[in-house]
Amino acid sequence: MAKTLGPVKRKFSPWDDPGAKPYIRFENVTKRFGDFTAVDDLSLDIYEREFFSLLGPSGCGKTTLMRMLAGFEEPTSGRILLDGKDLAGVPPYRRPVNMMFQSYALFPHMTVEGNIAFGLKQDGLPKPDIDARVKEMLKLVKLERFAQRKPHQLSGGQRQRVALARSLAKRPKVLLLDEPLGALDKKLREETQFELMDIQYELGLTFLIVTHDQEEAMTMSDRIAVMDLGKLVQVAPPAEIYELPNSRYVADFIGDINLIEGKIASAEGNRLRLACDGIGTSIEAEASGSGAAGETAWFAVRPEKVRISHDPPPEGTVNVLSGEVWDIGYLGDVSVYRVKLPNGAIVKSTLANVTRLVERPIGWDDKVYLTWPRDAGIVLTR
Amino acid sequence: MNKNLGWFNLTSLVLGFAFLYLPILLLVVFSFNESKLVTVWAGFSTKWYVSMWANEGLMDAAWVTVRVGLLSATIATALGTLAALTLDRFHRFPGRTLFSGMVYAPLVMPEVITGLSLLLLFVAINFDRGFWTVTLAHTTLTMCFVAVVVQSRLVTFDKSLEEAAQDLGCPPVKTFFAITLPLILPAVVAGWMLAFTLSLDDLVIASFNTGPGATTLPIKIYSQVRLGVTPEINAICSIMIGIVAIGVIVASIATRRSELERDKAERAAFRVDG
Repeated sequence: MAKTLGPVKRKFSPWDDPGAKPYIRFENVTKRFGDFTAVDDLSLDIYEREFFSLLGPSGCGKTTLMRMLAGFEEPTSGRILLDGKDLAGVPPYRRPVNMMFQSYALFPHMTVEGNIAFGLKQDGLPKPDIDARVKEMLKLVKLERFAQRKPHQLSGGQRQRVALARSLAKRPKVLLLDEPLGALDKKLREETQFELMDIQYELGLTFLIVTHDQEEAMTMSDRIAVMDLGKLVQVAPPAEIYELPNSRYVADFIGDINLIEGKIASAEGNRLRLACDGIGTSIEAEASGSGAAGETAWFAVRPEKVRISHDPPPEGTVNVLSGEVWDIGYLGDVSVYRVKLPNGAIVKSTLANVTRLVERPIGWDDKVYLTWPRDAGIVLTR
Repeated sequence: MNKNLGWFNLTSLVLGFAFLYLPILLLVVFSFNESKLVTVWAGFSTKWYVSMWANEGLMDAAWVTVRVGLLSATIATALGTLAALTLDRFHRFPGRTLFSGMVYAPLVMPEVITGLSLLLLFVAINFDRGFWTVTLAHTTLTMCFVAVVVQSRLVTFDKSLEEAAQDLGCPPVKTFFAITLPLILPAVVAGWMLAFTLSLDDLVIASFNTGPGATTLPIKIYSQVRLGVTPEINAICSIMIGIVAIGVIVASIATRRSELERDKAERAAFRVDG
């Protein structure tokens, strides 16, 4: 593992390069189980050395998509290509991908060493090579002392490491991770996230990870695919998913957001005005290419971009709402204020707690003003 | 649990145990009877255990029973395990309901009917009755018990273990022998022991399908009892009880000990990481 913990920031965006060859390619893949369509005509390109996350609620088809790549399910229609080769009909034991299972699936009757060596033995590697590789893997996941233990003699975090070491031992080109950190507690999970990123970067692997934890996906991924009902809703790098969601579904799934319904009253260039009956006023926004006048649209603004204050903003400020503090969620680093407007609608605003005052300046039932500039939010039409 | 049993619980306990074990206890006690009369106690003796060995008919029957038991239990275990795997893994195939019904039919079918239908089959295909017909009949009878035991283990078997093995490059058949079989082995062994025990004490099916030279011990005992119970029979029955009891006790001690060790190891593991 690397000496430095922390995200390894690098310029990496092969998806923007039209000449780049995708390493994994899903081509119009559909998977049906009886009447249920788990994956619906889905196309997706993943590039070499990419850390790619499939994110979505349970039942959205993300695990099925991964299992099709591993070979445990065959697509009903469509093709899956790995490095240009069609994977149709190739059984799981002949695919150059390895998977880390959600339950870890460690062989209970084998020691840690035996588990890690299992895949290497299948390849018929000579014994000294196997031993050397097992040692290397144990060192990588810092489990040298536990080589002779059985899985049930390990803690959850240690089992997770053994599973990781076992799936990495064969040096697969692609590692599939199915909810890899789901069983760990929050502290250990955060730590392991960074370790996974370091391992992926050092070994130069392509990681495809399935998760329902948006924070996990945001932290680790180069790109995230948000899925719903067997379809991709948006595929983009984390910041783009967060700041430029393409739909209410993505906006709402990732992080906290205020969604305000309205009608586009006027659209001039990228300047829009939304008439919002729900909050009893209209909103000025700067958003390119998001609908024509008369259309129903939603204004989406993240709570941390909504400024909250006791003092009325200067004359001529756009997007001013006033209301009463209805609820305060104190999270330590930030506080979330739920402000009730005169007509009953709730708008959220978060404020970083930059001072060490136990008494926060804004309290319950205070009369406050909420403002945000034109470019703070976006206008969504679906 | 209530430490104070109370008279009602105590009485039920004593009565229950008496019903279960008193006949067996009597049988064992009378196998050490000096007298030839089964019902009259005439002092302690082990002479029936000695004369039993000299009784060739009884010894032959015992030998046949053991051979039938070993062979039929082994075949039934192989077939029953395959049937359990099929029923557990393939949820949809043509004739699945029929197959599952056929596998479990002997479980609920009266033994007389199983025995008779097998007899009719052997007669119809002109198969000489003897050692092999009894073995086949017992295989049919005990296979379903093996299937039940193994299938109940497979329900809790984590299938991702097999997927993990295949994912690491292990073909399906090898996966079965490297991963699945070692993990379901306790159930398979339990199924084998059950099959062996059932074969050992089956009278009805064996007597329908037996032939010359293939008299099993239960048939022999039953036919001798009709002429009068001799203490020799008590002696051989006591030995059978002893064998079964030792088997059960050893198996339960082994299970308990491995559970304890596992518990201890798990606790130790969590202490290490704090």
